[in-house]
Amino acid sequence: MPEVRVKNATKKYGKIIAVDNVSLQIHANEYFCLLGPSGCGKTTLLRLIAGLVEPDKGEIYIENRLVTSVPPEDRGIGFVFQEYALFPHMNVWDNVTYGPRVKAMGKKKSEKLGREMLEMVRLFERFDAFPSELSGGMMQRVALARALAAGSKLLLLDEPLGALDAKIRNDLRYELRKFVKDLELTGIHVTHDQAEAMAISDRIAVMRKGKILQVGTPQELYMHPQHIFVAHFIGESDFLEGYVSKITKKESIIELRGRLFVHTLDKTHEEGDKVVIAIRPEVLTVEKGKKRRENSILGHVEGFRFEGTNVRCQIELENGDSVVVVRPALMTEWFNIGEKVTVSFPAEKSFVFTYPERGLKRELALE
Amino acid sequence: MAHFSITRFLDSASSKSSVRYALYLSAITFFFALILIPPILGIFLKWNTMAETFQHPSLMSRATAAIYASFAIAIFVSIIDVVAGLPAAWLISRERYRWLNVLDTFVDIPFIIPTATLGYSLLLFWSSPEGISSLFGDSFVSPGWLLVILLHFAFSYPVVVRVMVGAILDYKREYEEAARTLGAPPFTADRTITLPILKRSLIASFTLAFARSISETGATMMVAGAFENGPIFIHNLKTAQELGYEGALVFVSFILIAISCLIFVTIRLLGPRLKMPIKKVWLSTERKLSGSKVTNLRNGLSLLVFFLLILIPSLFVALPAVYAIINGTLNEAVAGVGNWQGYWQSLILSYSVGAIATLINTIIGLPMAILIARKRLGTVFSSILDVLVNIPLIVPSIALGVSLSIFWKNFTTIPEMGLLILAHLAITYPYLVRSMAAAIERLNVSFEEASRTLGGRPFTVFRTIILPLTKYSLFSGAIMVFTRSISETGATLAVTELETAPVLLVKWVNILRGNIESPIPITSLDVGLGCGILIVFSFIILLVSRLLARRKGRY
Repeated sequence: MPEVRVKNATKKYGKIIAVDNVSLQIHANEYFCLLGPSGCGKTTLLRLIAGLVEPDKGEIYIENRLVTSVPPEDRGIGFVFQEYALFPHMNVWDNVTYGPRVKAMGKKKSEKLGREMLEMVRLFERFDAFPSELSGGMMQRVALARALAAGSKLLLLDEPLGALDAKIRNDLRYELRKFVKDLELTGIHVTHDQAEAMAISDRIAVMRKGKILQVGTPQELYMHPQHIFVAHFIGESDFLEGYVSKITKKESIIELRGRLFVHTLDKTHEEGDKVVIAIRPEVLTVEKGKKRRENSILGHVEGFRFEGTNVRCQIELENGDSVVVVRPALMTEWFNIGEKVTVSFPAEKSFVFTYPERGLKRELALE
Repeated sequence: MAHFSITRFLDSASSKSSVRYALYLSAITFFFALILIPPILGIFLKWNTMAETFQHPSLMSRATAAIYASFAIAIFVSIIDVVAGLPAAWLISRERYRWLNVLDTFVDIPFIIPTATLGYSLLLFWSSPEGISSLFGDSFVSPGWLLVILLHFAFSYPVVVRVMVGAILDYKREYEEAARTLGAPPFTADRTITLPILKRSLIASFTLAFARSISETGATMMVAGAFENGPIFIHNLKTAQELGYEGALVFVSFILIAISCLIFVTIRLLGPRLKMPIKKVWLSTERKLSGSKVTNLRNGLSLLVFFLLILIPSLFVALPAVYAIINGTLNEAVAGVGNWQGYWQSLILSYSVGAIATLINTIIGLPMAILIARKRLGTVFSSILDVLVNIPLIVPSIALGVSLSIFWKNFTTIPEMGLLILAHLAITYPYLVRSMAAAIERLNVSFEEASRTLGGRPFTVFRTIILPLTKYSLFSGAIMVFTRSISETGATLAVTELETAPVLLVKWVNILRGNIESPIPITSLDVGLGCGILIVFSFIILLVSRLLARRKGRY
């Protein structure tokens, strides 16, 4: 059950800084996700841990051993590639027993490990099939068996579910977590899919432009985002821009556009600060007509969509801002386009961030 | 307006399946009638003359020895090519030093220099007092089998490097990385994963090197001395016209063609089934072989081999060429004094034939490339065509020329120039078809389908989608056809008395060495300058092709 530590790691490709002075600690037997949009440096960070690329600066420790200059074959890792990288000239059996063979574990042990791993992923009966004869899900499981058969306790997964259909992806992600937990491994999983990361991780590091913005459990990231991008990327958020108008002992009052005032529990800003309020769409309440509620704003319905479990309501507020409200379909009244409504939210369920220097749109951009 | 109406006419014609099939049928007819059948069938027309040869034991033993020498050298050189070329290709494609770009360009030099010039350059370097012999005294490597091996290595090595660099760059490196993460040291990962995946390219590079060696004539004549391989034997027979020579000519040509085809088909069929020893791992040895010391040693040796055996000998002819410029020989050349008039005529003939062969092969090769790549007439037939178009590559060019000459002279009184063009067409045809078929195969078929769904007729699809997306391959195929035609010596000698530039240079070297008498003497500076001028033209072609290759958005 190795612990992994990354200390001030930097990796540049020409002028592009793929990983920018990142420090991170992954605990033993943890299922850890590196989450972020495409190009954020999460795969590079994983490859640094694997030793497939060397950092320009910084150190990598696996089980308290400095491995920065250790080649990948000597790091004791298992790596599952995005497109599996199953050796096309070898059948399933030869793929899975490759690790034990090149590590000179001996024929008996290699065969035992190969058999165990293939049985574990329920593919022993396909031992003589070639990769081209397998489905995406099967290839993924063979790749996993191959990585595990090498005997490593640290499993690195680079978007392992990215090439699969949505349904299979959903099934396999729980299976991956189960393997890691059952075999008492440490798993580091790279993904750009926040739902996937939320579903399987013990902890998640949200990355952007080579930096880690926040590390925490799925609940922490969702309930207490410390960065506006995290609030945007993990789950959904509506954003309202304004200024801190007044600070009292209990709360701060924020003036939105159109001289609308809302209350928040924020204590981190001062009067006059330009801020952005983030509110989860499922926290917002929407009611027909004009109602007097805490933090209520009038508006009209611009769009209304039934999504199965939920309904999604697009509302233009009276000050011209726009918000999305998501409510359980069976517990919400339905609205017509153009209908006057009141939107409200509880003060304790909003997050207040300093208005980004380079503008809100650019701060939230995925690329 | 005229262009518009022609395009419209071709567009509407291409919609008719009868027109499309007529085009494909023409391409197939052309291939069989002009490219494939004459060079093979010709020797059967003189089949009965072979019996006579069997009654001349000395001639027979010379013939069999020559055939044996041809194959022994070709196989040996191809093996050495792969052994030496693979590390060089690895170095070029994997290391990230800037100077490797220069090395990458230099690798093409022996490939693009006309082989007769290359032969003379190697002769100067290894055998003449001005070359490496000046260090050791006497002739360091005398003309003969060893010099033939060095020569064949020099001109076939770039083929292996070029094919393998392309293959390594195209190779999905994730496989190798996966092997490393599973515990394999770099050497083990390369041996058990990368090389087996690149097996097809390795086999292709071996086959191409073999074909280059087996079919080369002009340069071999420069360095062979008294040694005879198949092509030299055929040339010597033709020149001397000894008793029973015709039968021996047919016999050697037949055996060379038959065995070459047999080897080619065997490699093609059995190559993919060839198993590499990948199950066993010698961990401690392979760890040592993966170390930076061994890797640096390997890279150093690759560079040494390249500079000492390939680049310096190939460019050595530049020394007399430069001296010829200084001492005024260039002025004589430019003025067309003495032998130089013939030289310029031969150069014009070479480039004219090269241009005609390139133009005709481009026109007739394109439909064949589409037929093969898109399997227009079914998978089986397209696969058969795919194999057959390679045959002119593998057949020794002088044997091909002999057979072609017999065939056409038997049926018609074709002018010498026509015969020369037919020979060059046959020899260069595969280069264009192979290049274009590979490019079209790589092209995603959905581009063509998208164009069709948007209203494009077949000719529009070809004109607006296939051609722009494969123009780089078309251009490189055409360059290969042209340069191969300029280099061609064996078939030219076999079919005509006309003197192309390499044929003339071979003759000059023979005059210089006293093998042939000439009223006007030839100096080594003349030969050097003659070769130098050919090299300059070759360099210009290389430069243009590399500049075009570096353009963005190429396909």
